[in-house]
Amino acid sequence: MWQWFHRLGSPRWFYQKTERWVPWLAFITVALLTCGAVWGLGFAPPDAKQGNSFRIIYLHVPASFLALAGYYIMAVAGAVGLIWKMKLADIVMKSAAPIGAALTFIALFTGAVWGKPTWGTYWVWDARLTSMLILLFLYLGVVALQYSYSSQDAANRASAILALVGTVNIPIIYKSVDWWYTLHQPATIKLTSAPSMHPDMFKPLVVMILGFYCFYALVLILNVRVEILRRERRTRWVNDLA
Amino acid sequence: MQFQFESLADFLQMAGHGPYVWLAYGVGFVVLGWLALRPVLERRQVLRQIAREQRRQQQREQSAQVDH
Repeated sequence: MWQWFHRLGSPRWFYQKTERWVPWLAFITVALLTCGAVWGLGFAPPDAKQGNSFRIIYLHVPASFLALAGYYIMAVAGAVGLIWKMKLADIVMKSAAPIGAALTFIALFTGAVWGKPTWGTYWVWDARLTSMLILLFLYLGVVALQYSYSSQDAANRASAILALVGTVNIPIIYKSVDWWYTLHQPATIKLTSAPSMHPDMFKPLVVMILGFYCFYALVLILNVRVEILRRERRTRWVNDLA
Repeated sequence: MQFQFESLADFLQMAGHGPYVWLAYGVGFVVLGWLALRPVLERRQVLRQIAREQRRQQQREQSAQVDH
């Protein structure tokens, strides 16, 4: 177990291990996202109340899922880097921040565009929307902290602490639709009960969510690989690559 | 499973919701594309920089040999 832990912490091992995964992951991602988007846009039946505007759900929900899941990854990586000084964990934390920010942006943007025909407004300051905006600022904060120290160690420590403190926001986002009176509809998918959606509408959503998970894994791996090259540029094995 | 629209124009209009749906998907996929492309371009740039440093190092070593 510990041997595995140490090897996983080695940037070189990770770089060489993921070499073969990337093309497969890219292929699966493109297939799932294309299939899910075509299905959701053209073949899923329109919603009885919202008409065709509900098709935005196939982008909005998966992006929001990954925006939140990505925050766990960033915070856990930050904690591991802080406690065990694992190089790879710091690299994962740094790489996860801009991806999470972009996905949170997609969630907010598609939500706003969906809100106009459904609620009559692009934006309201309610609990779910505001807590998602805070999530965006937390991600951007980690990105900014990475560039505001001349020492990489200090930058990692500050980013990890911000990421960990920010996890307070995560349960607030999940629960915001139950705790406060809000315009945002309650969760469509719950682990504890059947989805509140017709199977014909639900299946393409599952495809899109899987596609987004693969996309996230792919982009995170690609970013981590670049950061490894950057930080290990003085080593022999990286020099042999160039 | 069946295509829900009568024609292409119908599909683009989506009974009035077309602009919202296509704007959301357009911006969403542009951002996804940017996310995927960014590390590919950065990787190329980093490898080029490393190669440049290697060449500079070799030149330094060669000129040091000539001096001796």
